Amino acid sequence: MDTTVVNTGTEGKTWGGGNEPLKASYGKMMMWFFILSDALTFSGFLAAYGFSRFKFIDYWPIADEVFTHVPFLHGQELPMIYVAFMTFVLIMSSVTMVLAVDAGHKMQKTKVTWYMFLTIIGGLIFVGSQAWEWATFIKGDFGAVQTKGGNILQFVNAEGERLAIRDFTTSQHSERAQHERKSGLWFVSEGSLPDFTVAEVVKGMEANDDILIRTQMLDEHGHKTVLSREESLSMLKDHGNLVVHGANLHVNEYGSPLFADFFFFITGFHGFHVFSGVVINIIIFFNVIIGTYERRRSYEMVEKVGLYWHFVDLVWVFVFTFFYLV
Amino acid sequence: MAHDHKLEILRGTVKFKSNTQKIWGVLILLSIVTAVEVVLGIYKPEVLMGKIIGMKILNWIFIILTLVKAYYITWDFMHMRDETKGLRRAVVWTAIFLICYLIFILLQEGGYVEGVYSNGFIKQHGF
Repeated sequence: MDTTVVNTGTEGKTWGGGNEPLKASYGKMMMWFFILSDALTFSGFLAAYGFSRFKFIDYWPIADEVFTHVPFLHGQELPMIYVAFMTFVLIMSSVTMVLAVDAGHKMQKTKVTWYMFLTIIGGLIFVGSQAWEWATFIKGDFGAVQTKGGNILQFVNAEGERLAIRDFTTSQHSERAQHERKSGLWFVSEGSLPDFTVAEVVKGMEANDDILIRTQMLDEHGHKTVLSREESLSMLKDHGNLVVHGANLHVNEYGSPLFADFFFFITGFHGFHVFSGVVINIIIFFNVIIGTYERRRSYEMVEKVGLYWHFVDLVWVFVFTFFYLV
Repeated sequence: MAHDHKLEILRGTVKFKSNTQKIWGVLILLSIVTAVEVVLGIYKPEVLMGKIIGMKILNWIFIILTLVKAYYITWDFMHMRDETKGLRRAVVWTAIFLICYLIFILLQEGGYVEGVYSNGFIKQHGF
């Protein structure tokens, strides 16, 4: 058919098609735009955290008092140390990733393999550390009493050092037993009861003269307010409602339950990204080993997952700042 | 794009001979910044507790250092420095604009709710 236009006469000209104005392949560009949208998701979460924090600015938990633990060093207060280690591990695995990309550009298969391997190891160490951090946070250490209004009362001695509830309270026989399906309504169940009742804590407090209560209210120097002995006793008797240990989505012995909610949600979402990043890295690692990219004559795939992996590191930098530093 | 890397950081103050060398250089820079953050976070110097625009100087320092780290991760690890201007602007400015908007709205509203709680007639927290 002579009327069919086969050539437009614009080949090689600006509007002739086949142009790559951004000089990046389709896959790489789409990875960038995925990262952009994911960055906005994370910003939404962190900004929501900021919203709640500004809303409760006078009694938000102090991160330095919450995350003080380091594995194998029991009973020592070492704020920031472990999370600094985690940050360093993640930055380090970013470095090995970018070295793998660099080796890929030079088509050095052995080097790419080894750097990918190190990156995966770094990612696994990070995910493991995060699991440990979660476990420690969920377990808690000193315990606290939640008031009827949802506030948290912690116990300190005259020097302001924290006291653990289990150290001054003894458990007494109680009529209240945990409800189990076999002992009543089979379709109703409840979680385990707290180790102590508020009445037992009151007894323990009355028996020890130097125990004071610390509320979550921050004074003008940014310290939590400690009540006097009389105020402490009446506060506990009048308002004490529940003994809490550790943190979960409902209660948080360190202060506002929202802090725990956001911590679980944001670090959990980030941890999920790290986990999926490790899985993708493993897939690419095996592709490198079996020579897929060698045959393709291009290691661009390594570069694309590298972008994702760096993004995970980038997000962590912000999570680190807003959860642990600020 | 893949093979020609720009090898200067800090506006040309530091120049590297190869891409590998630049990567290690950026690692050192990021490590130093993180170390400074951690030390400041542990000791919290009293000098930095004054407030500028409603926030402690220390917190401003943390946020600025975080942005510095984010810049070097994006520019050197993710090779934004080597991409075309068009791609760089499409990604970076979109993010910066939307995130600034989001932060402004949410922090403003959070501060407002706090104000209603502490100054208004709504009793915030009966114990």
